Amino acid sequence: MLDKHAKLERNALAFVFAIIFVASIGGIVEIAPLFTIDETVEEVEDMRVYTPLEVAGRNIYIREGCYACHSQMIRTLQDEVERYGPYSLAVESQYDHPMLWGSKRTGPDLARLGEKYSDAWHVAHLINPRDVVPSSVMPSYAWLQRNSLKYEDMDLHLAALRRVGVPYTDEMIESAAHDTYGQAKPDSERADAFMERYGEDSNVRAFDGDPGHLTEMDALVAYLQILGRLTDVAHQQASNSTGGE
Amino acid sequence: MISQLTRDERALAMVLCVLLTLFGATLGLVGRDDVLGWHGALLALSGMVLLIVIMSKIYDPDPNPDRVTKYYDDPTKVGVIVSMMWLVFATFVGDWVAWLLVYPEATFDAGWSSFGRLRPVHTTGVIFGFGGNALIATSFHVLQRTSRARLAGNLSPWIVVIGFNLFCLLAVTGYMFGITASKEYAEPEWYADLFLVVIWVVYFVLYLRTLARRQEPHIYVANWYFLAFILVVAILHIINNLAVPVSLGHAKSYSLFSGVQDAMTQWWYGHNAVAFFLTAGFLGMLYYYLPRRAGRPIFSYRMSIISFWGITFLYMWAGSHHLHYTALPHWVQNLGMTFSIVLVVPSWASAGNALLTLNGAWEKVRDDATLRFMFVAAVFYGLSTFEGSFMAIRPVNSLSHYTDWTVGHVHAGALGWVAMITFGAFYTLVPMLWNKERMYSSRLIEAHFWLALAGTVIYVFSMWNSGIVQGLMWRAYAENGTLAYSFIDSVDAMRPYYFARAVGGFLFFLGGVIGLYNIWMTTRMPAVEKPPVYDLPPVVAAEPAE
Ligand code: HEM
Ligand code: HEM
Repeated sequence: MLDKHAKLERNALAFVFAIIFVASIGGIVEIAPLFTIDETVEEVEDMRVYTPLEVAGRNIYIREGCYACHSQMIRTLQDEVERYGPYSLAVESQYDHPMLWGSKRTGPDLARLGEKYSDAWHVAHLINPRDVVPSSVMPSYAWLQRNSLKYEDMDLHLAALRRVGVPYTDEMIESAAHDTYGQAKPDSERADAFMERYGEDSNVRAFDGDPGHLTEMDALVAYLQILGRLTDVAHQQASNSTGGE
Repeated sequence: MISQLTRDERALAMVLCVLLTLFGATLGLVGRDDVLGWHGALLALSGMVLLIVIMSKIYDPDPNPDRVTKYYDDPTKVGVIVSMMWLVFATFVGDWVAWLLVYPEATFDAGWSSFGRLRPVHTTGVIFGFGGNALIATSFHVLQRTSRARLAGNLSPWIVVIGFNLFCLLAVTGYMFGITASKEYAEPEWYADLFLVVIWVVYFVLYLRTLARRQEPHIYVANWYFLAFILVVAILHIINNLAVPVSLGHAKSYSLFSGVQDAMTQWWYGHNAVAFFLTAGFLGMLYYYLPRRAGRPIFSYRMSIISFWGITFLYMWAGSHHLHYTALPHWVQNLGMTFSIVLVVPSWASAGNALLTLNGAWEKVRDDATLRFMFVAAVFYGLSTFEGSFMAIRPVNSLSHYTDWTVGHVHAGALGWVAMITFGAFYTLVPMLWNKERMYSSRLIEAHFWLALAGTVIYVFSMWNSGIVQGLMWRAYAENGTLAYSFIDSVDAMRPYYFARAVGGFLFFLGGVIGLYNIWMTTRMPAVEKPPVYDLPPVVAAEPAE
């Protein structure tokens, strides 16, 4: 074996190909099947897409690096399920480009945060976390309430998401900017049009408490309120299994 | 430095600067309504500054044609200094974010200064800025000495060094503007990623062409590692960053993959960024500078071979240990765990090989802080790989995952291994590069050593404690069968550890400042009459070796 290796060491190109070959095997065996094996991601009927306002909010979550301190992946461990709710299923992040499972919990998991607190709580918390949780070490994000949301180009965002596989319709893409605005302005024509496209159960509220001004706070809170609520399948599965016992 | 380029090369460099300026201007123009515009402007400005610098020297005489009989070390010199500057900057930011977890109010009411944006500035700054520059600089040096050949290009090493630093600059300024793809250690957006691909191809071609000129029949071990580092990082980088930009005028893109597949691709990347950036490249450093400094040959050639191929093969399977108990299919989790455990064998073979090389030179380790840096690095390498394999076991990971234990492990590897081996290598390399007999001050090396070691130990111990306390609190049950602690209870419990970590980090940072000062002063030491001769000169061959 040592002799063979001594030969390999004399040939740079052969060495390069040997490295590529040896290093590729692991990834090919582990990753490629994830795209082809059907069981990897559950199929569910009620899985819905993010609305444009929620997409904008998700992008703010990414921009501010919230994922550095908060996971969105409840593991299949008893204490986690009791603390945060049913464990996360693959399908729940099916439309997450990229996923935000996270790797560190400086703060709690957020996978099932949606509707756990009121909008007003979130706004207060984001402006100054220590106003509502005195010993929190989370940064304050007061500027979100001051910054207007940039939403004119949301159609481009939805189109890009469709290109990577999220099933937005042409109509959703065309009216993305209007829908972004409409979701945060209840009782307006745009809000009605928004609900027609995304369903009556979608949240239509002035998330930051001020319907007159569409802010980054609106978008982020809208996103936080939908976490874990794109499909009900995790809860169903959880109640089925406890019901069966 | 520019005077080492011929006039033709200078002209070509100017063309490249113009291209860079045009590229930046185009990005700036199409992205003028977006944060992308700022980055376009930054690139255009860099292109122009470089252009002016070269233009001011365009009429200098051509370099002495005997330059081909010498090694080309200017790019390495720049790389070493820039690497230390990144270290100082990025550990400063690291310590700042560490303090932010103690005093969250210690910030400005502005996005750029908040924890979530500064944390990737720290990680990118240390890994790519400090680590990347150190790897590029030392790889050029090692490659030439072990091949007895001059670099196969005069301009291309500069493209690599300058281009790579522009990439780092785009990355860290981007996070502060709010530009991030959010994938850990792969946060830069699509245009910066593409830019890096170009730089990396230049690096790879330069490496291979220089190897082709080598006068030694065998490729030395250190170069195997540098090659693996260059190649595998390219594969990982391209696949993990596949994305569709919102438009050519937007910095933002959406990752091609989603959910589980994205998670697996990301951690296949993430773990192997550890393996091929933070491990393979630095092992390359170890395999050259440690034997040189110790004045002893590597203990075992056979062990080098086993550990090299073991690491190259096994690491690529291990990424899924970042996803235990998640929605990732079980079979992938189990594969990841199994391979991670086996991984301890080649890892310890490397660490053992290094320590056994030192066996018989212990009095040098005792007296020479430079060699001691490398000794401690090998110990921490053994420690953090053992710890990593242990943490990859599912039940252990159920406790450690999401906690500060991971952060402790990271920094045992990053401070104890990556940074220490680099300091040892630099203190060996710097006098050679600038033709000095020794470093400016050996007492400052000694001071740096103790600050770095104390900082690392304090950091790692406090994070082990906080991580395990956190993990145990999260899973503790009260007698009545409910969870014993709320989440915020565990946050309160972290305070003393976060404080200690920030203090340890400060010591480490201080050591880095001293290191930079010492290196800088060495470069300014007066020349001696008879400069020491460190290396045999390159063999100038009419024909390449292959
Ligand atoms: C045998 C070698 C190693 C193995 C098996 C290993 C294993 C692990 C495991 C199990 C984790 C925790 C994953 C999680 O729960 O999220 C981890 C995290 C990490 N390790 Fe290692 N490790 C090894 C060596 C190293 C070395 C030498 C470094 C050098 C710096 C390093 C750097 C990291 C980093 C940066 C992370 C954090 C990733 C993140 O969550 O952001 N590891 N490693
Ligand atoms: C002055 C020394 C340093 C200090 C004070 C420091 C501090 C920190 C802090 C506070 C974090 C964030 C942890 C969290 O989110 O809970 C972090 C993360 C990280 N640091 Fe450092 N750091 C230092 C040096 C380094 C060096 C030299 C390296 C690499 C060569 C490094 C690599 C990393 C990595 C990879 C992470 C991400 C860990 C993860 O995601 O699990 N750090 N550091």
